[in-house]
Amino acid sequence: MHELSITQGVVDICRQHAAGRRVTEVVLEIGELSGVVPEAVEFCFEACVQGTPLEGATLVVERIPGRGRCGGCGAEFPVSAYYDPCPACGSHGIAIAAGEELRVRELEVE
Amino acid sequence: MCTTCGCETEEHHHHDHDHPHTHDHGEGHRHTHHHDSGDAKRIAVESDILARNNRLAAGNRSLFERQGVFVLNLVSSPGSGKTTILERTLRDLGGEYRCAVIEGDQQTDNDAQRIAATGVPVRQINTGAGCHLDAHMVCHAVEGFDLPALDLLLIENVGNLVCPAAFDLGEHHKVVVLSVTEGEDKPLKYPQMFRAADVLLLNKTDLLPHVDFDVAACREYARRVSPGIVIFELSARTGAGMADWYGWLGERVKRQGLGTRDVGPAAAVTAG
Repeated sequence: MHELSITQGVVDICRQHAAGRRVTEVVLEIGELSGVVPEAVEFCFEACVQGTPLEGATLVVERIPGRGRCGGCGAEFPVSAYYDPCPACGSHGIAIAAGEELRVRELEVE
Repeated sequence: MCTTCGCETEEHHHHDHDHPHTHDHGEGHRHTHHHDSGDAKRIAVESDILARNNRLAAGNRSLFERQGVFVLNLVSSPGSGKTTILERTLRDLGGEYRCAVIEGDQQTDNDAQRIAATGVPVRQINTGAGCHLDAHMVCHAVEGFDLPALDLLLIENVGNLVCPAAFDLGEHHKVVVLSVTEGEDKPLKYPQMFRAADVLLLNKTDLLPHVDFDVAACREYARRVSPGIVIFELSARTGAGMADWYGWLGERVKRQGLGTRDVGPAAAVTAG
């Protein structure tokens, strides 16, 4: 349940940027390979925002699909798991180009 | 305020706090709302959620580099034998290298007592409800050690094959322990952890005659997820296979002590 720590990190970042203003919406980017479950973040968010300027804010989670680049043949392709082989050459030496994001993209404040 | 990481409370120096993630760093004041126009305003943040942990981990890593300490972060599910591997390693290498240990568990100091019995300095971190160690906890735990007098710091993370993967502590390598009683497909089921690790210790090999564990399949699965991972098969109970692990470890401890950064890929050494 590291989503609790992750979500606390989200709240800390939002409070810094909101500088005391009430936050009404938070937009996160969570990569599909990040190991973080959006539903768990949503669950933790309810608890973490209690008594903060984020209380009552809407949480929007945007998933970033995984993309890999093959170290062998250079092909780029969608990746849904780290053990996916390159569809072109079958190699497992894949560099992840996208899908590991864990970011606060933007806020809406009053 | 702590000058190391900027946290506010002195109690963090005792490592027995229950909620290490709930520090208020004073950046927010609920009573100073600005109601400028009443219109909603969007703020571009573009900030990595793990940035704070990563910044503290970079600070830890820089400290370990300056002090010439080689640092490993041992991760695994509960019961894979991390503490037994540490005990045996410390008893066998304790005379050769100056070692210290940080033990992470949700509750109890049982593991710290086992390590202390080997004569090696140890600090216990109890995470309470927390499922992993983070860089902030380690940053304060190392304050209890005389770092310049150490060659090797071994951090035993909370037994959990999921959460510790995301949190850099400032270690040189993550070492994942998998025991043969757990099933050979764990690298595929928990790919984040095996992807994050540079070394796999396949433990309890003395039990192989009694369990249906396919070692070749396990190695293949681990390399699918992490092609460069170095694998050692060993039994911390009997000592079988430990010498190869000590060889890998000793080479890096010596290199670190000479002030040469351990930047080469873990797979560059000859091993399993």
